[in-house]
Amino acid sequence: MPTTMIGRRPIDVNDEGFLTAYDQWDEELGATLAELIGLELTDRHWQVLRFLRADYAGRKETATLRRTSTLGGFGIKELFTLFPGKPAKKMAYVAGLPKPKGCV
Amino acid sequence: MTETTLVPSFTDEAKPPAGRKLAIICSKGNLDMAYPGLILGNAAVGEGIEVHLFLHLLGDGHDHHPALAQPQVQPLGNTAMHLPQAPTMPLPALMGAIPGVTKFATSMMRKQIADLDVPTVPEFLELMHESGVHLWACRMSFDMMQLNEADLYEGVEAVISASDFMEIAEGAQVIFI
Repeated sequence: MPTTMIGRRPIDVNDEGFLTAYDQWDEELGATLAELIGLELTDRHWQVLRFLRADYAGRKETATLRRTSTLGGFGIKELFTLFPGKPAKKMAYVAGLPKPKGCV
Repeated sequence: MTETTLVPSFTDEAKPPAGRKLAIICSKGNLDMAYPGLILGNAAVGEGIEVHLFLHLLGDGHDHHPALAQPQVQPLGNTAMHLPQAPTMPLPALMGAIPGVTKFATSMMRKQIADLDVPTVPEFLELMHESGVHLWACRMSFDMMQLNEADLYEGVEAVISASDFMEIAEGAQVIFI
């Protein structure tokens, strides 16, 4: 399991670079992660990220786009706008969570 | 520890130079065969791939195709059917001929799909439309089934011919389901 330096801190990641330790993440790190993938975080981004963190804490599985939309109350279109290209993976990365496993 | 920061690659597949594009031909309208195209297309758009769905509007009745309403599953002749509680015991094919069995199998399959938090077919189309998937309806099945544009899900961009599809699918990876 590799470790990488993010914002002057050693962070555990998998081979792709997704964080593997839930507790190493804090909002400051989240902001750094967003910067690394070229995202500028707004309040709305943070609402999504906080939903993902809280949801993961309860079920140990990253919410899919569909779950984030139906349970978190974020529109699908909005999620594609906030995290363009690959929304589910970008959301998971910035929130310091594994990639979602679900198909839908 | 790696020297440089390891960051996942989030290349936008639909943008050059990648320019990845997927066209899925959804030729079947039964409940069990409507889903594969929807699930694959939805996954693809979530990966930043440009997705086109070519819907053939075929079903076992006037309102049973994916672009219109809730499709059904018919166990008759479907040798892969079995009850989830008994994976080794196939459902006798003849049972599919008994009145009510299609309805029973359909409601059971819908429930299993809902239990996985997978949307119904109409909801799925809406989800895909909002995600930016292009939905096209097949001209020939549209004409054969004597439909009006108003019958179609509003997210369908147009009713197109086979040659229109060829133009749209240029440079795309094509999946036929």
